[in-house]
Amino acid sequence: MKKPSGGKWNKYLVAGLFMTGLAVVLGIVGFFWTPYSTTAMSASEKFAAPSLRHIFGTDNFGRDIFSRVMLGLSTTIVIGSLVVLFSASIGILLGALTGYFGGIIDEIVMRITDAVNGFPSILLALVLISILGNGKQNVILALGIVFVPSYVRIVRSEFIRLRDADYIKRARLMGVSRMRILFVHILPNIFSVFWVSVMIGFNNAILAESGMSYLGIGVQPPDASLGKMLSDAQGYLQTAPWYALAPGLTIVWVVLGFSLFSEGIRRTQS
Amino acid sequence: MKYFIKKIITLIMTLFLVSVAAFLAFQIIPGDVVTTILGTEATPEREEQLREELGLDKPPVVRYFNWAEDVLRGDLGRSYRYSKNMNEMMPVAELIGDKLPVTLWLAAVAVFLIILISVPLGVLWAMSASRSGRAAHFMDAFLGVITQTTMAIPSFFLGILVTYLFGILFKLFVPGRYISYQEDFAGFLGYLLFPALSIALPKIAMTARFLRNSMLTELKSDYVRTAYSKGCTRKRVMYGHVLRNALMPVVTFLGMIIAEIVAGSIVIEQVFGLPGIGRLLISSINTRDFPVVEILILYITFVVILVYFLVDILYRVIDPRISEK
Repeated sequence: MKKPSGGKWNKYLVAGLFMTGLAVVLGIVGFFWTPYSTTAMSASEKFAAPSLRHIFGTDNFGRDIFSRVMLGLSTTIVIGSLVVLFSASIGILLGALTGYFGGIIDEIVMRITDAVNGFPSILLALVLISILGNGKQNVILALGIVFVPSYVRIVRSEFIRLRDADYIKRARLMGVSRMRILFVHILPNIFSVFWVSVMIGFNNAILAESGMSYLGIGVQPPDASLGKMLSDAQGYLQTAPWYALAPGLTIVWVVLGFSLFSEGIRRTQS
Repeated sequence: MKYFIKKIITLIMTLFLVSVAAFLAFQIIPGDVVTTILGTEATPEREEQLREELGLDKPPVVRYFNWAEDVLRGDLGRSYRYSKNMNEMMPVAELIGDKLPVTLWLAAVAVFLIILISVPLGVLWAMSASRSGRAAHFMDAFLGVITQTTMAIPSFFLGILVTYLFGILFKLFVPGRYISYQEDFAGFLGYLLFPALSIALPKIAMTARFLRNSMLTELKSDYVRTAYSKGCTRKRVMYGHVLRNALMPVVTFLGMIIAEIVAGSIVIEQVFGLPGIGRLLISSINTRDFPVVEILILYITFVVILVYFLVDILYRVIDPRISEK
């Protein structure tokens, strides 16, 4: 038996909100302003250990790591959001149409969805990148395409669940148009389920993006990226472990925050 | 039996479709292969000659069937980038040949570690979650936090952490000093242990969590009460009855994450400098060496589909009830 959570708040939600909130704020601020210039090099401050002056230390060029993490965070959040926006909107459209109408199109879309779902997402993204080419826009496009099936699946099952609900039957009898039934009557009712998968999708997008950037086939310099920073830092693990820890732990922070947040939301609903 | 035949036909169909997709995808890319190989300053005659050599003067459909025929015969084509000697391009089969064992062993060691660690961990977790008392409750919560955190760490960062912890602090291995399996197999496996651990850790967390939940669900079943009432000890109920039934969904789960393990090894090979097919794939993508990319995609798809197929069979062997339905 699950005991009812008292009120709308629970500890998952609070912790998740705090972690995500901090990351998002740092990312947004980092987009406009950073404590130090992210490109200014300083020979005298190479590999400075974390201190009050540079709270994450400095890298092999004497650049402030905290500033660079802030900039990387903003890239990561922007890419993650755009990927989710892209794949979720196509996912809603396809899922709604296939779930509500069924038929041969449904069958085809589901076969493709199954095939893509069974395939590791980063691999598929790599293939798409090799066709599309490198760069920020292509990363968003590739990951956007890769994550569409996960949304189609969830939206479709919700539409199938609701298409024969009494209130939908009644709306149909009253002569409400199909589009209105789909997007005004059904869609708002699936959001509680949909939100959770959006959050998971955001996390997956962030993990995939940083993984690709780490491999050198994602975001390209001069765009900052946490994954790219990690691969730069790896060579200096012995002399400056903080260089690798800063971007790495930042990714973990964001991902953990988001999964706690989505768990918190899930619990307030059940 | 009929089921398996149907499955095998689906398997072949899927492979065919993937091969078409993999082949065609690289035909629509802008950019001329011939220019890539020869550079922009080659004579038109030389370009024409190479085009003919590569079979590029024929329509895509013909080229696909020629390619597919060659692949089925075991001729995997030639790399655009690597050359064997001055005027011969490197056959893809040779290029992949000695890299394949590295990736396969890496995945195998990772799967081994996952099974070895996650099953006892899951049982321990389920035990403490189903028990009352402070210590058990603490253990349950503690494992929950640990696994949640582990799952949030991306594999390449985990690889870096493992390198730092075991390689630099504990000096258990020398980061970047890969030991070839042809030279010293034991040393090779020893070096592989750490990248495999980096792939395995998040999956161990997932599998243990999955097993815990599966066991807790099983614990509520009627047969558990029956077992207790006929006088079984808790240990016997747990290991003899619950674990066996709870492991079934875990087998499926393991089969499902095999694909992710293969994908994980692609990234991890880069972190640990392992010369496997993952690194080859990355470098081929970067240098637009499409014959290699095509074959690697086909190969990885084949492995993934084959594993799903085997898991399906295994599942039926463990639980005959499924095929009766």
